[in-house]
Amino acid sequence: MTDPAAAVEPGVDVHEHAGVGDPNAHHHSPEQIRSEMRVYITVFIGLAVLTAVTVGACYGLKLPVHTAIIVALIIASIKGFLVAGFFMHLLSEKKVIYGVLILTVVFFIFLMTLPVSHHANPFGS
Amino acid sequence: MDAHASVGHAELEIPYNVHPRPDTGVYNAKLGIWLFLASEVMLFGALFSSLILLRTGADTWPRGYEMLNVPLATFNTFILIVSSVTVVMAWSQLRLGNLKWGRIYISATILCALIFLVNKAFEYGHEFREHNFPKTNNFFAIYFTMTGLHGLHIIGGVIVFLYFLGPGAKMWAHDPERYTNRIEVVGLYWHFVDLVWIFLFPVLYLM
Repeated sequence: MTDPAAAVEPGVDVHEHAGVGDPNAHHHSPEQIRSEMRVYITVFIGLAVLTAVTVGACYGLKLPVHTAIIVALIIASIKGFLVAGFFMHLLSEKKVIYGVLILTVVFFIFLMTLPVSHHANPFGS
Repeated sequence: MDAHASVGHAELEIPYNVHPRPDTGVYNAKLGIWLFLASEVMLFGALFSSLILLRTGADTWPRGYEMLNVPLATFNTFILIVSSVTVVMAWSQLRLGNLKWGRIYISATILCALIFLVNKAFEYGHEFREHNFPKTNNFFAIYFTMTGLHGLHIIGGVIVFLYFLGPGAKMWAHDPERYTNRIEVVGLYWHFVDLVWIFLFPVLYLM
């Protein structure tokens, strides 16, 4: 495989942010890539354990509904962080991607608050 | 082909397929898939918002585990997690220059997706036999809508993976970095589909 640095445009530093899991650094050494693969396996084990914990708590223990919602959403958020952070490399992404996602989160929060505002509206039908 | 024609061909190529654009710092397809995923967040977000509205506005709402098959859905959750790992391992193998193992991991991902869909078909079949349809009540309306839309995303992913496993893999011979980037991009889509299920599973089945 050719070195991307050899053909990159002037002013672009492809070696910037070349940390573990940096998705923009295709020039990683085989050792670094194998190290990342070990991280992926560790994350997989974490996701499997958290799935078991969620099912055990909400289905096995039959928690009350409010407790089940809180427990399940906290664990799902941790799992979401693991997938987005490590598998989707969001822990070491470029600013433009973060910009897109921040805008998305703002609109997503607005969407989630719509039901709340509906119930708070005394004039709602 | 003469030199003039060769230069003309190079000028017609879409730039930044492999290397990052100076202004964004990422190659074009990666920015494109993230913009697409942003629209997908809004699509599923609207459905989650609808679910909250329906559930909080209802006098009674069933617990998901009383209505649905939790062990099967738990197995499906595990299968999707495995498929997320196989995708990222395929990308890693391609970065190592190993097309053979890259394709093996892509095949494993397709297999996981098919197992997920077969399980889902069994689950839907069971609900239909119990006379539970989208029109039955609001719970099954939102259940079939959300899991159905998610299932369509799984089918879409399988089609793309099959393409990259078959005819799309020819690109590896002349442009391996671009092929590797394509697997990264479809991988980002696949992780998003997994991410949606991570929230769908507890919200529909466990609460």
